[in-house]
Amino acid sequence: MSFAEVMGAYTGMITSKALQERQRQDVIRALSKDRLGPEDLLALLSPAAGAMLEDLARRAAEITLRHFGRAVQLFTPLYVSDFCANRCVYCGFNADRNGPRRQLSLEEVRVEAERIAATGLRQVLVLTGDARPKAPPEFLEQVLAVLREFFPSLLLEVYALTQGEYARMIDAGAEGLVIYQETYDPEQYDRMHPSGPKRDYAFRLDAPERACHAGMRWVGLSALYGLGDWRTDAFCAALHARWLQDHFPGAEISLSLPRMRPHAAGWQPEQPVSDRDLTQILLAQRLFLPRAAITLSTRESPRLRENLLPLGVTRLSAGVSTSVGGHGADQSGTPQFEVADDRSVSEIAAMLREKGYQPVFKDWQPLDQVTP
Amino acid sequence: MGDDLFEIGGERLGSRLFTGTGKYGDDAVIPDVCAASGSEVITVALRRVDFQAATGNVMEHIPKTMRLLPNTSGARTADEAVRIARLAKAMGCGNWIKIEVIADNNHLLPDGYATVRATGILAAEGFVVLPYVNADLYVARDLVSAGAAAVMPLGAPIGTNRGLQTKEMIRILIEEIDLPIIVDAGLGRPSHACEAMEMGADGVLVNTAIATAADPVSMARAFGEAVRAGRRGFLAGHGAQRLKADASSPLTGFLEGDGS
Ligand code: SF4
Repeated sequence: MSFAEVMGAYTGMITSKALQERQRQDVIRALSKDRLGPEDLLALLSPAAGAMLEDLARRAAEITLRHFGRAVQLFTPLYVSDFCANRCVYCGFNADRNGPRRQLSLEEVRVEAERIAATGLRQVLVLTGDARPKAPPEFLEQVLAVLREFFPSLLLEVYALTQGEYARMIDAGAEGLVIYQETYDPEQYDRMHPSGPKRDYAFRLDAPERACHAGMRWVGLSALYGLGDWRTDAFCAALHARWLQDHFPGAEISLSLPRMRPHAAGWQPEQPVSDRDLTQILLAQRLFLPRAAITLSTRESPRLRENLLPLGVTRLSAGVSTSVGGHGADQSGTPQFEVADDRSVSEIAAMLREKGYQPVFKDWQPLDQVTP
Repeated sequence: MGDDLFEIGGERLGSRLFTGTGKYGDDAVIPDVCAASGSEVITVALRRVDFQAATGNVMEHIPKTMRLLPNTSGARTADEAVRIARLAKAMGCGNWIKIEVIADNNHLLPDGYATVRATGILAAEGFVVLPYVNADLYVARDLVSAGAAAVMPLGAPIGTNRGLQTKEMIRILIEEIDLPIIVDAGLGRPSHACEAMEMGADGVLVNTAIATAADPVSMARAFGEAVRAGRRGFLAGHGAQRLKADASSPLTGFLEGDGS
């Protein structure tokens, strides 16, 4: 059974009506459990839990400290191509956008890598738009080969690949991938993706599963909050993560908290997600998935990032540019979204230390080059 | 207790408390934790060590007097554990290795089969192998045959701070296994460590409980004292335990002097 089939079974349950019906007692029950079920997750995402965020926060803080201590992993995205064949209405790389597009040459990738490595970062997330012919898997392999010289840990955030292609990426040195379903509501997904290969909801939904089958160590997923009903999307993303944890216990499944930010194409979220809402998503997902790493990007302000840290965030991006070539001399690319926290790596690291956290730069390395 | 030394891999250790390096807010506290705990052995996750970084490395903070116990955390298979162990040795971390093979990220329970396999390979290569396992007699016996230098059963699942949940199983290992038994994982309070030592464990490894305490140095001291107290209690020999209190008027007293 795939997660898509599991989703089908929940269709009736994840209506906002089900969420609205949860009561305070349901939340209290969920807070008292060690292993929460889907019903508990619903309760924690309900308006009833929204009125009890302090209770959720206390428990989430305690769980996070126990499982992760005071260590926070730092990474940065590296945009290598902004060509895109899709027309996702919410994205600055949208194919309708006029203006220049860029794809780094391997030499430019090396320049970016050198700049990033000089900041001390040891984990990089490689991003492209979704333009297979322009940035095919062979190109990704070449990019990974260059980056491997600089970084022990490489993650990919690219278009959905087949299982065989994920296996190739592992061979080329990818430790993991990040792939967002954007919204788990198929109808809204259709509206948000009017054309292009990404329109295939099912192929995208199955991508984390294919990556796990291929043997990927680390798989991050999420919705893009603000596209659909955030409670439903947060529920489905967490359920998706749990399903993957249960079926691929060897893989590390993690979550992110991306929220719609202003961007070049100007589309604004139909269902805005407030700071309070984002906090509730974090708390509910932390309680439901106590051991999952949770990432908070520079889409969020310094103040919010710092305040959410003790509540369950375990990974932060730092020193971020969301445009192709943004770390090198040439900054001509258009940003995918506006960064709300533009602090450098050393500033983020200093902030963490000041708050009693340890910035972690390296947490794994490929073992295939170790002499037997 | 002055000469109550304990020996692993031919090395004599004065302290039975092993400490860790994970989860600290600031690694700079590690020397103080080591000093306060009295520990002589410290485990470090190789996955976190960046041998290329000149600074900002956990290794800078480990006092030179400590015996380094690199661990293979992050390994999901025996093969990965073996590779990490070899890497540790190649990087100058010595030949002690704590095997952790965890293929289940939901509960972080160790894979006994893979651990035995990795132990066999590494012991044959001359490593001093300390495997982290479930408190399971069969696995422990296989580890003895595979050449382990000690057995490190979990007290409770990692990071839970729940104490000696596997107490009865550990008791069996202490009785049956002719290797040092070092209780690892799950010990959340000094009293848990004390209890493990009172039972006759040879040592304990504590990381989360110290690293995530409000005052790690003070907690390290408390664990050091608890381990010594527990050990002293064990060596002193406990009074025999009785299941019931002695009834002042025994129920079978009527049988006394019944000569008929
Ligand atoms: S979200 Fe991705 S696929 Fe969609 S337009 Fe942006 S870059 Fe292209």
